[in-house]
Amino acid sequence: MPPIALRRWSGCLAFGMILSLFLLASLPLAPARAAGSGSPTLDAVRARGVLICGVAGNAAGFSLPDSQGVMQGIDAEGCRAIAAAVLGDQHKVKFVPTTTENRFTALQSGEIDVLVRETTWTLGREASLGLEFGVINFYDGTGFMVKKSSGVTSARDLDGATICVEPGTSTELAIADYFRVNNMKYTPVEIQDLQEIHNAFLSGRCDAYSTDSSALAGFRFTQGAHAEDFLLLPELISKEPLGPMVRKGDDKWFDIVRWVSFAQITGEEYGVSSHNVDSFANTTNPDIRRLLGLEGGLGKTLGLDDKWAFYVLKQVGNTGEVWNRTMAPLGLPRGLNGLWNRGGLLFAPPIR
Amino acid sequence: MARRLLSALVTVVLALILADIAWHFFSWAVLHAIWHLPENAAHAPDTDLCRAAIGHGACWAVIREKFRFILFGFYPYDAQWRPALAVLCFVALFALSLAPKFWRPSLILLWIVILAVVGVLMWGGVFGLAFVAADQWGGLPITLILATFGLAAAFPLAILVALARHAEGLPVIRMLAIAYVELIRGVPLISLLFMSSVMLPLFLPTGWDIDKLLRAQLAFVLFAGAYLAEVVRAGLGALPRGQYEAAAALGLSYWQKTRLIVLPQALRHVIPMLVNTFIGFFKDTSLVLIIGIFDLMTTGRTATLEPAWQGFGNEVYLLLAAIYFAFCFIMARISRTLERRLAAPHQDIEEPA
Amino acid sequence: MIRPPFRSPSLRWQALGWQALALAAVALIIVTFARNASHHLAARHIATGFGFLREAAPIPIGESLLPYTPSVSSYGRAFLIGILNTLKVAIPGCLLATLLGTLIGIARISPIPLLARLAAVYVEGLRDLPLLLQLLFWYGVFQALPAPRQSFRPLAGVFLSNRGMRLPALAWQSGFGWILLAALAGLGITIVLARRTALSPHRGRRLAAFLPLPLFPALVFAVTRPAIIIEWPALHGFNFQGGMTISPEYAALTTGLVLYTASYVAEIVRGGLISVARGQWEAGAALGLPRAAVLRLIVLPQALRLIIPPMTSQYLNLVKNSSLAVAIGYQDVVSIADTTLNQTGQAIEGIGLIMAVYLTISLGISLAMNLYNARLAQRAR
Repeated sequence: MPPIALRRWSGCLAFGMILSLFLLASLPLAPARAAGSGSPTLDAVRARGVLICGVAGNAAGFSLPDSQGVMQGIDAEGCRAIAAAVLGDQHKVKFVPTTTENRFTALQSGEIDVLVRETTWTLGREASLGLEFGVINFYDGTGFMVKKSSGVTSARDLDGATICVEPGTSTELAIADYFRVNNMKYTPVEIQDLQEIHNAFLSGRCDAYSTDSSALAGFRFTQGAHAEDFLLLPELISKEPLGPMVRKGDDKWFDIVRWVSFAQITGEEYGVSSHNVDSFANTTNPDIRRLLGLEGGLGKTLGLDDKWAFYVLKQVGNTGEVWNRTMAPLGLPRGLNGLWNRGGLLFAPPIR
Repeated sequence: MARRLLSALVTVVLALILADIAWHFFSWAVLHAIWHLPENAAHAPDTDLCRAAIGHGACWAVIREKFRFILFGFYPYDAQWRPALAVLCFVALFALSLAPKFWRPSLILLWIVILAVVGVLMWGGVFGLAFVAADQWGGLPITLILATFGLAAAFPLAILVALARHAEGLPVIRMLAIAYVELIRGVPLISLLFMSSVMLPLFLPTGWDIDKLLRAQLAFVLFAGAYLAEVVRAGLGALPRGQYEAAAALGLSYWQKTRLIVLPQALRHVIPMLVNTFIGFFKDTSLVLIIGIFDLMTTGRTATLEPAWQGFGNEVYLLLAAIYFAFCFIMARISRTLERRLAAPHQDIEEPA
Repeated sequence: MIRPPFRSPSLRWQALGWQALALAAVALIIVTFARNASHHLAARHIATGFGFLREAAPIPIGESLLPYTPSVSSYGRAFLIGILNTLKVAIPGCLLATLLGTLIGIARISPIPLLARLAAVYVEGLRDLPLLLQLLFWYGVFQALPAPRQSFRPLAGVFLSNRGMRLPALAWQSGFGWILLAALAGLGITIVLARRTALSPHRGRRLAAFLPLPLFPALVFAVTRPAIIIEWPALHGFNFQGGMTISPEYAALTTGLVLYTASYVAEIVRGGLISVARGQWEAGAALGLPRAAVLRLIVLPQALRLIIPPMTSQYLNLVKNSSLAVAIGYQDVVSIADTTLNQTGQAIEGIGLIMAVYLTISLGISLAMNLYNARLAQRAR
């Protein structure tokens, strides 16, 4: 048994500890940042040697692990492109699967460097979340899919229908608006899990399945021989531009995310792909020379290596190549996601 | 006579129903099942064959293609022997812990050693093993880690809380312990998981980005701590009063008394209940599906999202069910044997939910 | 009770010190969290507070006991619907799980070996699989039912399809409220009378005690004479119109919860029944009481004393487990709060509300069961 005197001391010790705890509490909240490139995110990624990229991890064509556990899809390729530009190696990326609930907090809290998770660009999100969209990496719209046997050919025929929809998405808001405006009624079935929602639609739990039209096309394509049994209704009831998000206040990082995407578009426009990028080493075309960092020193102004776009195009490829690897196998037509001079909306500002 | 007739009738009807179910299952799972798929033009398995068999034959080819992803998730493909070994370590740990022969203080040392080995295997970075960050882990190891580390970390917490709840003369500490236990047990685990995934980042200072898995683990520890505290409290309550008095008569201090006399006996009493609680945690880890952590349940469900393999969820669910069942059933059996051997006190401990 | 070493009055300061430390540590954690949260929320321009509950909620809700229009009704109403949906699962769930669990518990000690074995397999099998997996399974089963046009019709006016079960419903009339009230009054009086006459040797008197139960509502009905209109469901367009629906999500959740919880209840009931000694039955018979009276007055009260406390835990578990609804698309309070916090960014308020709702339900159940248990203990004395 410890001597009484010592025991009495322990009471004082307790009070002392309280005091020190309160002292601790009054310390500043945020740790001081060392001076660096001017972009805390870029510095953090460089120091870590790895880009942490938030993705969905459960959406075919966007981000979904293959049988080897490697993330595949257009969002995953977007992450790889940023890693290639910033770190010179497309493999230096860590994918963090996020849910629709925790995606914004994950980015806000700094758990991830960039969120590439088929997230729709809306004013509300940009104004209220403290986050902003870098660029649009996929042009989409809310659509409906029905079974041909139902006889429905237009969204206007859906009055009274049961509709399968993913909760917490902009789709559910778009449908609510559409049915209210058109004075129609519907019964929502809100299922979070993609597989469950597909099963629910296939089994006839719902008359229609509503989500981004790309996902609908992909879903139909996966039905193989049965694809003909399903009909994508002609109406797109909302615009859904999807894109990567970053935290507000880190403009340099924002620039990098946006220009990596522009570099890939420019690459496609000038016909620079992962297969032939080396052959442009002696090109005289000034646009391509600036793109590949052969002149102009534009990479430095972004805070990156001058060969940043070269790494992106060499390792990941241009937008066309990414499309062919990710969305084309799902049977999706390029449509709005093609280059501006081929009927699409991809239009990159000049790199100069 | 009439009673016997009724008994025979019930038996026959039940047997017929069972036989019918068994036959249908056998026909689906074995007779009409597809085990292997030929390659199609794109050198990928031709899943259309399986799709044609939906409804009357199982497609075990999906398991063949996806079992490594289901078991180990994103863990680098070539290094998956490491999580496999880690799983074996866990199994060995459970087997040893459940044998009364090994119930000695050195068991704690064994836990520390094996959990350290698991850590080395999973993380690597030493002994020439490549470093694998926690967010690349997935599948069965995550399930086992969440349950086991949750138990290991929650146990000391639970003992402290149980002692606090039993402490006379410290009303504030007692109240805090009661508030903690009742608050946690009053809400569903899902809300704690949501809290760890959505709210915790808001509560922590900027720059403290705690790994997602670690946050879920924290939620599990908090959750497990409350339930285990009740188990330990049951053990403390079951101890005869004479033991406390005898200890006091020996002139032992509070901590000596607790460490040498009270806890060893109380904990021995509650081992079967501990095992049952652990089985509950093991099953409950499947809820991390809801916050997007790739445990066994999530990997299983993700495996059938790839377009080519969509629609074969039943086969994967069966595999998941078999794995969960194997672990839980064996542990439950052992726990029941222990219960009989120890003739444990009948305390009403609720399973975690 | 173990006494910590603070008995001597000279050491009371020490006890006080440690308690103050614990309290301060907790307060400190809360203050730090709150400071960080308000800092983060301010940085993200997220307004705190429950003001959003009055804003219009754009979230669609599939089944609701209250009128609700997305983009018009408020988030507060959506929450209320979520709470009601949770209760809609929890209350019938508890009743059905008790019923099924009792039957299986009895089957486990049945003299028919195959039946007893089957009950054992049921208990073992369901307890050793995650509930989430079971819910997903049941959801799959309910979706495998035929489309509305090919629906099963087990009874006239009852349609069973992958849209759920459609039943004829009684159109609500204002007079029904009084009848319901009369029925409740009848029930109360019956309980009081039945307790008084339980030991009466006259069979007629024992039966008479049950009379107010049917008589009261019948009397009110005869006086008020409300119109009885039955709504029959009919296939119209995409789906059935009229009548009431039990949705597949609700059915799957309730079935899964009931079957899972019943496996625990069965064990509790079996334990309770086994523990009542055989001599108790015999003693009751020796007093000349009929067998049913022995069960009701002697065996059950004793078994119940053992059964009630663990049953409370099971009810609490069922309520908490109903939060798994979110995985199969039933819009309980968690699911709606989840969607809300996703659309509004009000994470702290949303999760706070979820916790408050469950704590209230849990405390309510605990309190009710504890009261019941205390009464039982008193009577047994």
